[in-house]
Amino acid sequence: MNLQAAHRRKQSIFRRVVLGLIGVFFALPLIGMVEFTTRAPGGGRSLHTWATLFNVRVIDADYPELKTGLLSSAGLVVLTVAIMLVMLVPTMTWVRLRLPGLRRTVEFVCLLPLTIPAIVLVVGLAPVYAWVSYFLGESSLWLAFAYVVLVLPYAYRALDAGLTSIDVKTLAEAARSLGAGWPTVMWRIILPNVRTAVLSAAFLSVALVLGEFTIASLFSRDNLQVAINQLGKRDASLAIAAALAAMVLAFTVLFAMSFVGTGRRSHRPEEN
Amino acid sequence: MPPLRTPTSHNAGTGSGLGVAVALSDLRRAYGPVRALDGLTLEIAPGEFVALLGPSGCGKTTALRVLAGLEDADSGRVEVEGKDITAVPTSARDMGMVFQAYSLFPHMTARQNVEFGLRLRRIPAPRRRARAGEMLDLVGLSEQADRYAHELSGGQQQRVALARALAIEPQVLLLDEPLSALDAKVRVQLRDEIRRIQLEVGTTTLFVTHDQEEALAVADRVGVMRAGNLEQLAPPQDLYSRPATAFVADFVGLTNRLPATIVGAHAKVLGTSVPLLPGSAQSGTVIVLIRPESIAVTADPAGRATVVTASFLGSTGRLRAVTESGETVVAQIDNDAVATFNPGDKVTLIPRPNPALAIAAD
Repeated sequence: MNLQAAHRRKQSIFRRVVLGLIGVFFALPLIGMVEFTTRAPGGGRSLHTWATLFNVRVIDADYPELKTGLLSSAGLVVLTVAIMLVMLVPTMTWVRLRLPGLRRTVEFVCLLPLTIPAIVLVVGLAPVYAWVSYFLGESSLWLAFAYVVLVLPYAYRALDAGLTSIDVKTLAEAARSLGAGWPTVMWRIILPNVRTAVLSAAFLSVALVLGEFTIASLFSRDNLQVAINQLGKRDASLAIAAALAAMVLAFTVLFAMSFVGTGRRSHRPEEN
Repeated sequence: MPPLRTPTSHNAGTGSGLGVAVALSDLRRAYGPVRALDGLTLEIAPGEFVALLGPSGCGKTTALRVLAGLEDADSGRVEVEGKDITAVPTSARDMGMVFQAYSLFPHMTARQNVEFGLRLRRIPAPRRRARAGEMLDLVGLSEQADRYAHELSGGQQQRVALARALAIEPQVLLLDEPLSALDAKVRVQLRDEIRRIQLEVGTTTLFVTHDQEEALAVADRVGVMRAGNLEQLAPPQDLYSRPATAFVADFVGLTNRLPATIVGAHAKVLGTSVPLLPGSAQSGTVIVLIRPESIAVTADPAGRATVVTASFLGSTGRLRAVTESGETVVAQIDNDAVATFNPGDKVTLIPRPNPALAIAAD
């Protein structure tokens, strides 16, 4: 008994040490950023940078690139998530229902971007974007097409886990036998049951799009990270504050994600 | 409450008169080289309860899914009430279905599940709620109306699925092995309930199962399928006592295969004359298929068979003996007679004069 207790205590200490080390690893750069952004010009501490960052009028007048970048990223987030969900959820559901033999192929295609560096993607996408610009104009929003490719592996994994957790085929067939058409099956049966997975995919996409720099920069488009980079050349303190704020937002979103859809659990009663 | 749709004029059921005639004609369906349906033809009378029975891969589930519209047939026709519905999509077929796998929508309560089909039919909320309540009452789950699927046992989930299928007053009720995931006790209980409810509502029903006891217990007629076609479709008692083919005799219940010789319209087996069923082999040396309960056993020191085992099976007993010529014979005996037989005892086996099927010896 004493040996077991000692073993448990050792394990607990080990867990805490590992967690502490990981915490320090993540926290140190953030603390550094906070320290840097709160330095006052004549020494000491000041919240001037943070006050500037959250002062819409000042940002609008003095740092228009930040506002443009923020708005572009916001638009890109919405568009990327929308295209990703509209494209991926019905496709993955259909493959499960009607073309299960294609599942591995779809998985391979969706995971492929994970193995291709962003710089290589840009080289491949450059001629495509020449046409996109020709037909749709130079708006940064069209980066969403490239971002959808970028978020595919993460979104696919999240959605796949959700679809695996339910019997898609039986639920769809049950709904259809009761008179539901395919749109009703998707909207009222499949989606509510993979809500957590859809939110996970969406939040992962949000985090990824908010942090994307390479593609936007190489295509000379605006987004938050490009704006922060430009801002860094003018006002390093404000740029770091903006980067930290974006990171905290992404963390908050991912943290919230882990709590979504974890309710409604109870034990199944015995047969009687 | 008025019915959700106009009842048909045909009605063999004792319920609300929703039974319709169903006809599957020359259905064919192949999956690559495998012929799941090979010219299946089946007619179901209005309000009738037909069970399709057969080994795995015989095409029974495919037949049901083609009727539901969940699979397309390569050729053939599906008719309901004389109308060709072969090309009608599942959602427009007006058939209620209970699946083998638990199929309740997890994000809805039992009541919401039952209301789902009614909601799609734009039934006003008060009538919808009343109908859902009625159906849950019918399956004995009024108390569990507000529970989610994960808060219900397997048996309760299948009951709700049945209520959901019946709530829309379907033209045809399709049951795709709905009891196979349940434990034995609940299976028997729910099987009887399904039959009671089917008789009450009178809906034409097709029930697919691989459990012969289930099929024989609930159906008006049982169809035994083999390799994509029907071997025999008959009332349970006929199917059991008058099998049309050796496959049916073998698949439904236990059967002894004993060598015999044809003498006129009878076969001489174990020294006794047994009348033959239609379709039997007509001459020469044959194999006669005889049920264990059609063989009488008497203890006889001069008998020409030797007891191998005598087993107590609860309500009945089973004796296995070997004849002088080496055939193993299984006979059903009274449970209280089991103790009187010991391995090695000599017995006389006498086939009862029940009609039996004879097949060619090779």
